[in-house]
Amino acid sequence: MSSPTTPSDAPDLKNPVPRGPIPTIPDEKLRPEVEITINGKSVSIPEGTTLLEAGRKIGVDTPTLCYLENLTPVNVCRICVVELEGSRTLVPACSRKVQPGMVVQTDSERVRHSRRMVLEFLASSVDVSTAPELQSYMEHYEADPARYGPSASPASPSERDDACPGEHSAPDPATAETVHQPTKIDNELYTRDYSKCILCYKCVEACGTDAQNTFAIAVAGRGFDARISTEFNNPLPNSACVYCGNCIGVCPTGALMFKSEHDLRKEDTWNESEQTKTDTICPYCGVGCTLTLHTQENQIVKVTSPLDQQVTNGHLCIKGRFGWQFVQIREASAPSKPTDAQEADT
Amino acid sequence: MFGAGGGTSSYQAIEETDLVILWGSNARETHPIFFHHALKAIHAGAKLYVIDPRRTGSAQWADRWLGLDVGSDVALANAVGREIIAAGLVNKEFVQNATSGFENYKDHVESFTLEQAEMITGVPASVIKELAHAYAKAPTAELCWTLGITEHHNAVDNVLALINLSLLTGHVGRWASGLNPLRGQNNVQGGGDMGALPDRLTGFQHVENEELRAKFEKVWGCQIPPKKGWHLSGMFDAMERGELTALFVIGENPMGSEADHHRTQKLLGNLDTLVVQDILMTATAEIADVVLPASAGWSESNGTVTNSERKVQRVRQALKPPEGARDDIEILFEIAHQEGHDWGEPDPETIWNEVRQLSPMHGGMTYERLEKSGGLHWPCFDETHPGEKYLHGRLWERPIIGPRAPFSTVENKAPFDQLTTQYPLRLTTGRRLDSYNTGVQTSLYQSPLRRGESLDLSPEDGQSYDLNEGEFVRVSSRRGSVIAPVHFDPALRPGLAFMTMHFPDEVQTNVLTVDAVDPKSGTAEFKATAIRIDKLGKSELARENKPVIAGN
Repeated sequence: MSSPTTPSDAPDLKNPVPRGPIPTIPDEKLRPEVEITINGKSVSIPEGTTLLEAGRKIGVDTPTLCYLENLTPVNVCRICVVELEGSRTLVPACSRKVQPGMVVQTDSERVRHSRRMVLEFLASSVDVSTAPELQSYMEHYEADPARYGPSASPASPSERDDACPGEHSAPDPATAETVHQPTKIDNELYTRDYSKCILCYKCVEACGTDAQNTFAIAVAGRGFDARISTEFNNPLPNSACVYCGNCIGVCPTGALMFKSEHDLRKEDTWNESEQTKTDTICPYCGVGCTLTLHTQENQIVKVTSPLDQQVTNGHLCIKGRFGWQFVQIREASAPSKPTDAQEADT
Repeated sequence: MFGAGGGTSSYQAIEETDLVILWGSNARETHPIFFHHALKAIHAGAKLYVIDPRRTGSAQWADRWLGLDVGSDVALANAVGREIIAAGLVNKEFVQNATSGFENYKDHVESFTLEQAEMITGVPASVIKELAHAYAKAPTAELCWTLGITEHHNAVDNVLALINLSLLTGHVGRWASGLNPLRGQNNVQGGGDMGALPDRLTGFQHVENEELRAKFEKVWGCQIPPKKGWHLSGMFDAMERGELTALFVIGENPMGSEADHHRTQKLLGNLDTLVVQDILMTATAEIADVVLPASAGWSESNGTVTNSERKVQRVRQALKPPEGARDDIEILFEIAHQEGHDWGEPDPETIWNEVRQLSPMHGGMTYERLEKSGGLHWPCFDETHPGEKYLHGRLWERPIIGPRAPFSTVENKAPFDQLTTQYPLRLTTGRRLDSYNTGVQTSLYQSPLRRGESLDLSPEDGQSYDLNEGEFVRVSSRRGSVIAPVHFDPALRPGLAFMTMHFPDEVQTNVLTVDAVDPKSGTAEFKATAIRIDKLGKSELARENKPVIAGN
């Protein structure tokens, strides 16, 4: 059936994409500027900005562990605390919003002391060997975790997961309590070494409403028993996990790690200084996610995505994160059908 | 749409819309990072409507799931349109000033009453009404679809029926209101943009337009055939007629992906010459006369791809290709050279600059700008143009710029492969989260989610056919039969079955599918096959080397 048309109604075959006005995106509401003082310097910054962002604007570098640009602040690590005039306690810079007239010290003795204590408590109980950022903070704040004594012996495989609320024996004051425990390896894509977990909640956030919305993990237990767990501590293949690896992407300590990285570290062949990072686009669906390929000796060793990338906000799915083996098991000179033997039998 | 094939919105706009419709799309599993943007909208209060025969992972997030019968999309869309008109919810100003053919459309959809649509689609009339009112009343709305709309013999009609709804309500050409086909492959948008369509040159410029052709001929220094070519399905028909005897396949595995596998096998086998250029030894490469090993486009070479929001982004080389594998463009340049043409150095940026010279909508996208911005949305006409985060804003200018957007009148056409007592079940196909197409790439990583091919059935059908989980059955269509294990999935309704095409080595699903083709797009109807299930006896199972499951 043909529609009644006037000449201007006919599609212009010569000009398939007519040039129109350049689209405008409704502006975010202009926020009024607020005047505050950080370390004696006056800063003017839009209402709703955090103290962390305000500080960064004038070059004040505040350490963070549980904060990430693409996650909602949860205020748990307390490393970013700053001194706010008139406030009894130190306040977390990552989530405290600016208010007119605030006077803030980000590097006072009280702040430095608090950060040092936070770092010492963490490093005395957690393996921070694959957390370079945390290590650099320790150096900067002269943290000395050794002063709490030698580490208590590590937990047996399921000891910490089986802990029941209220059932505790008194700790041994001669040793430093520890979360050390065996690494959980229950699939071929990523490993979980909770000896390295500082309970920053980032993985929970990324698995939850901040990105993946799968809710496969949460914090279980209270106090020193608190730990990241799947439902009923199921192994990952029996959990709700969909292996997007967005938890690995946000983990600041290497507790969550690509199996590929874990294996290379075990062989002692993981060499970050020899690695290059290249941004490209995922080979699978048409969403167009930027993949940062971390390569070592012409092999992909892990895949991340830039946090400031508009398509991904740093998050990927299982195929983008882990589906790259096919490029590196080819023998082009002698083409042969790729074997299916590697297919997981889980 | 309206001249250029591309989604009209951007992902950022999806986050800020008031209503998302996923029509024939299980984005939660097939476009997971797109779904993250939709989830942001949902968390901010947007409503989600999912239209899909299966109650998919996406449907589980929906405010309302419309579980229509396979292939009844036009009836549903026309009924939604009729209800919008009947309830007086038409955006009159937009329809009057920016569209054509409204009166015809109105007359045409008159017979698609809510009750009539309920009969055809299986969706309750009250729910169709709810969708119509929600879409028409939403301040902004994004209508998104995938292969559930386009892998039908009436694919183009399906798309036109959805476009009509956006025209009725003015949900196109504005921020956070638009039409979005979610692309299935990382550069399927870019492939079309570059002219890998039977009737277009680069930038959607018609090959049958003399003036446009002359522009290309001048730069390319050659004559371009003045007639449009064949799409994929047309090529297979031409093979059948004996008109097409040589095929050059680049990065495609029709032996695994084409509907009606037996026919594909026969036609490809009968070719005089089959050349396959691929990164892996695919099933199609196995039967080729010549195999050209290529480097992987996304990690072993440089260039650009274009995503579902029309964003052109750089791909970059991170790995040295295996010995003997060469860059796609290097191979093509070398072939040209052997044929006596000197195309110069195979350099991606030089080729891109030629694209910019010939395709106005890419004109402003220098490599330098693509690097700096992280990608630009087409159209981007010149180097000061920022790229367009939504299309067709011209329809909201008064008077509008360019031609009006036409309403189309489309009929509901039942699937080609009809259900009968002999073939009583409707099989539809699709993807799973961790796998991709024919599994050439994804079978090579160790996904803990992978469980192999299965015939997914509703638990109710399992009971009525007296089947057990994991039991091997014979699945037959009018074209052939396969043996597959049964898996019960409560996302399916009685009468509806589901399979993937991820594991052709285990089960060649496309033996069953029908190559009934949409005459306008050339897409085969992968989504609607009529099948029958037969239980297998112990001797038959033994013959097929399949295990006996308890209860057999």
